[in-house]
Amino acid sequence: MKQDIPGTVMFDGDQAQKGYALNRMCFSFNSAENRAAFRKDENAYCAKYGLNEEQRAAVKSRNVLRLIEAGGNVYYLAKFAGIFGLNVQDIGAQQTGTTVEQFKAKLAAAGR
Amino acid sequence: MATIIGGIGTTHVPSIGKAIAEGKENDPYWRPFFQGFDYVHYWLAREKPDVAVVFYNDHGLNFFLDKLPTFAVGAAREYRNEDEGWGIPVARSLTGDPVLSWHLINTLIADEFDITICQDMLVDHAVTIPMALMWPGDRRQPVRIVPISINTVQHPLPSLRRCLNLGRSVGRAIDSYEQDLRVLIVGTGGLSHQLDGKRAGFINKEFDRLCMDKLPGDPDALTRYSIHDFVEQAGAQGVEFLNWMAMRGALTGRVTEVHRNYHIPISNTAAATVVLENGSVVRRKAA
Repeated sequence: MKQDIPGTVMFDGDQAQKGYALNRMCFSFNSAENRAAFRKDENAYCAKYGLNEEQRAAVKSRNVLRLIEAGGNVYYLAKFAGIFGLNVQDIGAQQTGTTVEQFKAKLAAAGR
Repeated sequence: MATIIGGIGTTHVPSIGKAIAEGKENDPYWRPFFQGFDYVHYWLAREKPDVAVVFYNDHGLNFFLDKLPTFAVGAAREYRNEDEGWGIPVARSLTGDPVLSWHLINTLIADEFDITICQDMLVDHAVTIPMALMWPGDRRQPVRIVPISINTVQHPLPSLRRCLNLGRSVGRAIDSYEQDLRVLIVGTGGLSHQLDGKRAGFINKEFDRLCMDKLPGDPDALTRYSIHDFVEQAGAQGVEFLNWMAMRGALTGRVTEVHRNYHIPISNTAAATVVLENGSVVRRKAA
């Protein structure tokens, strides 16, 4: 993973190739029917989209940093997070190892 | 002849759609953002555009990584929004202007911008939220639109200069359009924010200020930033500013900022609303 800007993974050709199956699955979550199918049988749904082991483990962990490492792009991952009612502040807190309140406070502090 | 009245730059954070649906515009969290649109409403009521050309980035509603155009121009009669998967309400459809779309398409290709042409195109929150902010309420928006999508998802992204020049080509096309139309240019997204990685929550007020300060009078000064520089300074999703560069490029006259609102944070984002007037030669003659 290219990370020369600290804490930032550029979603480039390497990541796009690596994460294609994972992102394709997350893209399918635009449909309510597909979101329900995932909830009903997560393993079968991941298999249908051809996720590799690393991606399946990342999906199972619900860990956004791991999902990014497995090639996920945040715009598609946000659709995945939406299934669990998580917004970008929730996933921001998760990725930075803080509580949602702390994460929000940090954002507010950036405005002062 | 068509007249470019000016440009509006605005944030398009999805949660704004939710706030509108829940009527939270006057909540303490939201008020500093929504009040930035009071002037926009006054200005639009005065300027009465017929059409809006909207530069935006699709977040995985119409386009996926299977076929992802760098630049795509809508040429549809109608643009629908659909479920985007993250729980914001589906917005009403927007009316297109295929005749203007094809005029822009012909000019862009002649200018060597090898755009993708879309006769059927869903538009996501990056179009529908700015429309709802500019013309709030339940009525269908009073303008037709031409959406122009810029890839800000998958690197390599087009450079700031390329997007500025794309806008300039669009501006020249509108200036040469024979119909009597009043045209608004919109650039959506930004400003600084980052959703992904350990740097999630990154915001850079000073850099946003610099971008807004340079945009009206000296947009070329911003082209010295590479995409890499821009990600570093504005955050991974701060590159949505490319849409603002294209918007500015389309303003072919003497450009002045007549309104600015900047508020941190809305969701994870430094939220900005800017109105730029385009004092064109054609317009002054008409006045």
